[in-house]
Amino acid sequence: MLFGYAWDTSGFWPFVISIMPILLIGLWVTLKATVIGFAIALVLGLLLAALKAAPTRLIAWPARAITEFIRDTPLLIQLFFLFYVLPDFGLTLPAFMTGALALGLQYSAYTSEVYRAGLEAVPRGQREAARALSMAPGRTFTHIILPQAIPRIIPALGNYLVSIMKDVPVLSVVTVLEMLNVARIIGDRTFNYLVPLTIVGILYLLLTLIAAWGIRWLDTHLPSHGVALK
Amino acid sequence: MSREPIIRFDRVSKRFGDFTVLDNLDFQVQPNEKVTIIGPSGSGKSTVLRVLMTLEPINEGVVYVGGDPLWHEYRRNNELSPARGAHLRRMRERLGMVFQQFNLFPHMTVRRNLTEAPRRVLGLSRAEADERAHELLELVNLGNQADKYPGQLSGGQQQRVGVARALMMRPRIMLFDEPTSALDPELVGEVLKVIRQLADTHDLTMLMVTHEMHFARQISDRVCFFDQGRILEQGPPEEILSSPKEARTREFLHAVLNPDE
Repeated sequence: MLFGYAWDTSGFWPFVISIMPILLIGLWVTLKATVIGFAIALVLGLLLAALKAAPTRLIAWPARAITEFIRDTPLLIQLFFLFYVLPDFGLTLPAFMTGALALGLQYSAYTSEVYRAGLEAVPRGQREAARALSMAPGRTFTHIILPQAIPRIIPALGNYLVSIMKDVPVLSVVTVLEMLNVARIIGDRTFNYLVPLTIVGILYLLLTLIAAWGIRWLDTHLPSHGVALK
Repeated sequence: MSREPIIRFDRVSKRFGDFTVLDNLDFQVQPNEKVTIIGPSGSGKSTVLRVLMTLEPINEGVVYVGGDPLWHEYRRNNELSPARGAHLRRMRERLGMVFQQFNLFPHMTVRRNLTEAPRRVLGLSRAEADERAHELLELVNLGNQADKYPGQLSGGQQQRVGVARALMMRPRIMLFDEPTSALDPELVGEVLKVIRQLADTHDLTMLMVTHEMHFARQISDRVCFFDQGRILEQGPPEEILSSPKEARTREFLHAVLNPDE
């Protein structure tokens, strides 16, 4: 029994049906971790990208160093650090939030590079034209540069969304009951790993396909405002 | 010509690394004067326009636009010191620029390309900006294209939008940086026609870099031949284009007018 649901080991289909609700609760946790982690990565990545583009090295270099550090260390280390070390400094977060934060942090390094590349791909002439029209730098960024960078950024970000989803099982090491962890527990207790693990695999495949389809849909519907897709 | 020049370069130097683009340049333009700049690539002719549009900073000297220093501000004791952002933004409103690659905003309609800056920078209402955009699109013969995106227009049409967009800010000085160089030959005429019309009907100071010698002859009060960051020779178009004194000018003109030799 898990989450109040008992499993029925009397046959194949009864077993499948009985563990489904349990796995779906795990799936919900996986989705939440993905979405929250991705949201953190999007915001933090934008911040890092902006800092890396700063005109003074005093700001740009530390931001670059942080990106490099995050990118070159395993997610697991960052996760353990947040989970086991931060409490020593009086900062204790629930396991789930710690996990989502670790995912967001790790992926912010990647998304910041996506933003940077997307922004740099906008021709220099666009900035110059805005400047020649006396437009303020902030407005130039939000209304001229960013809208043109977004169609270049979206597909790459989508790939990281799928990637984050596939990294969620790492959170099981800090006791988060995401989908794979739930399947393992069911296997431990029923001595039947094949069925729960297969279902998890299928559910992951479905999620990935849906996400990929969503990204493609966005990809074809975003540039309708005349933004050239490169 | 005793009037105060609207543009004045006072011993201006500009370097990219070891390469000197503008070399102690002295250069003046009178109000309403139409000046064409010609010269080989790397002679600094485009840089003059880009310095004026505040796209490229200078290393030495002072540039004056409308009597005020462009890249400097007066501080206490009337001393010149490097300009801050606010000063540059204010000064920029005196100039408009048409780019070789048009540089229209591809994600905005033609109308929005025109009205975006006047509404945000000059504080025009939507109605005022739309009205002004309508007038200028009529002027460049694109009155019925306001709702299209730049990608739906030909190169010649795009460049005419570029001209209209620069005019929206009501600049006193218009800068044209090789406005027809990126166009297919059959589209050059329509853009030149608009520029000529502009020169005839508006009180504008115009500064143009171009390789269209025939056009330069028609439109300019003065032609300046740039070589190695300086003005080697300047004067009325008939004089410079027909009987230049300098050998370098003759060579250049010969090469431009007889590209297959």
